[in-house]
Amino acid sequence: MQTYDLQANGLRDLNAALHAQAADTNQTSWEIVNPRGSHAVAVGLDAPIEVSVKGSTGYYTAGMNKQATVHVHGSAGPGVAENIMSGTVVIEGDASQYAGATGHGGLLVIKGNASSRCGISMKGVDIVVHGNVGHMSAFMAQSGNLVVCGDAGDALGDSIYEARLFVRGSVKSLGADCIEKEMRPEHIEILRDLLERAGSDAKPEEFKRYGSARQLYNFKVDNAY
Amino acid sequence: MCGIVGLFLKDKALEPQLGALLTDMLITMTDRGPDSAGIAIYGAEDTSASKLTVQAEDPETAFDGLAEKLGAALGGTVSLARNDTHAVLSLPAGKAEEARTLLREIAPDVRAMSFGDTLEIYKEVGLPKDVAARFGISDMSGTHGIGHTRMATESAVTTLGAHPFNTGLDQCLVHNGSLSNHNSLRRKLQREGIHIETQNDTEVGAAYLTWKMQNGATLGEALEASLEDLDGFFNFVVGTKDGFGVVRDPIACKPAVMAETDQYVAFGSEYRALVNLPGIETARVWEPEPATVYFWTHDQADTPKKKAA
Repeated sequence: MQTYDLQANGLRDLNAALHAQAADTNQTSWEIVNPRGSHAVAVGLDAPIEVSVKGSTGYYTAGMNKQATVHVHGSAGPGVAENIMSGTVVIEGDASQYAGATGHGGLLVIKGNASSRCGISMKGVDIVVHGNVGHMSAFMAQSGNLVVCGDAGDALGDSIYEARLFVRGSVKSLGADCIEKEMRPEHIEILRDLLERAGSDAKPEEFKRYGSARQLYNFKVDNAY
Repeated sequence: MCGIVGLFLKDKALEPQLGALLTDMLITMTDRGPDSAGIAIYGAEDTSASKLTVQAEDPETAFDGLAEKLGAALGGTVSLARNDTHAVLSLPAGKAEEARTLLREIAPDVRAMSFGDTLEIYKEVGLPKDVAARFGISDMSGTHGIGHTRMATESAVTTLGAHPFNTGLDQCLVHNGSLSNHNSLRRKLQREGIHIETQNDTEVGAAYLTWKMQNGATLGEALEASLEDLDGFFNFVVGTKDGFGVVRDPIACKPAVMAETDQYVAFGSEYRALVNLPGIETARVWEPEPATVYFWTHDQADTPKKKAA
């Protein structure tokens, strides 16, 4: 276990040390103490290492993550796991706006609530939120799965292209071209797997599925102002 | 960007540390806006006197004889305590509004920063650490306060473009964001007789709240109305003599974090600003909801309530 005091040793040296880890590194377990809301903690990782952050973080935690597992024992600021490619990011507390934005792959788990624009423009990432998500979540989502064990705010899935949205609680409103869809057995299976990997004991049968009505794919003069 | 911090104390034991805590919070937010900085402090109330905080480019000459002139015009005793480019004028109780109006005639070079019974606003161009140091903010005590560090977008970097803005007796406002309908709203408010000094968008926001309240709205009602009438991005943190409020626009793209313990309610643009507060490890920390007015007052000290719009 490598322990790194972020206040004592600074952010650049931390990220440089994490970037220096090769695929076959022996230093597979890292603990970061005293994050104190710092920005850009553990960004751009590309090795199968486990990074545990003891406290809350600021903007862009674990952005662009590949392969690594980053576990924040606190809350995360805006843009956590932005553009995640693979690996796993777990937030024990809440996440601020645009969590998992533009994510291409991997798994983002938020054990508390996520605020607005969770999964905006998601492109293949799986996001599981144990609590609620704010307004405009999955805005322009293109691929992947967003699972919300609590409630969703206004305009869920606005202008969605594709992607599956699963919500257990209420949806305050659906965005343009987002509709409720049939929950088929294959969706139950996808959801069961995601919930299990995210450590949630919610039942897949309790969820509703939402997705694209595919009415905005092509220009329609009736949609113009 | 801009950075906002706010601290509303429930525990009187922390009051001597208000200035020091706010200064530390604001310095942490320096990289959100290095252009200018300001702090509003709500100090102890003296029922026999009201206050007018003023600023001048050339305080040496501008403040010379100012207390006597204002005292003569008001028909009472006025004393002046200078603090760098600012001064706090101590007035006969209840004369703050009248004094502010008279000041424009008596001393056009002197700008009113704030008026009321307990509020003092200090703001200047420069980094938070320098602005706080020149006014000795760390040594100030009080019940609640708000700080702002500015990255200018809509108007020039000047003292008058700095936040907080004074909106009425003992009322102040800070803003993170940018208002897009401030020009048309400024013209409308000026037609209504509201005095607006600069091209700054936030000053229009402040003037809008003042105008609403002059027409009978409470601060909470004025803030709710702002959600309808102001176009653009805003996180507002407001102070009143006894209260502290927060409102975010419906899009809520400007960051905001709040923390509450038995000792205080705190606001920060980022969590970083809150990490040195006592007991933050066990505080309730949350992100305020969009289009929702939150307000705390000392009257409800043991159960401060958030009020949804």
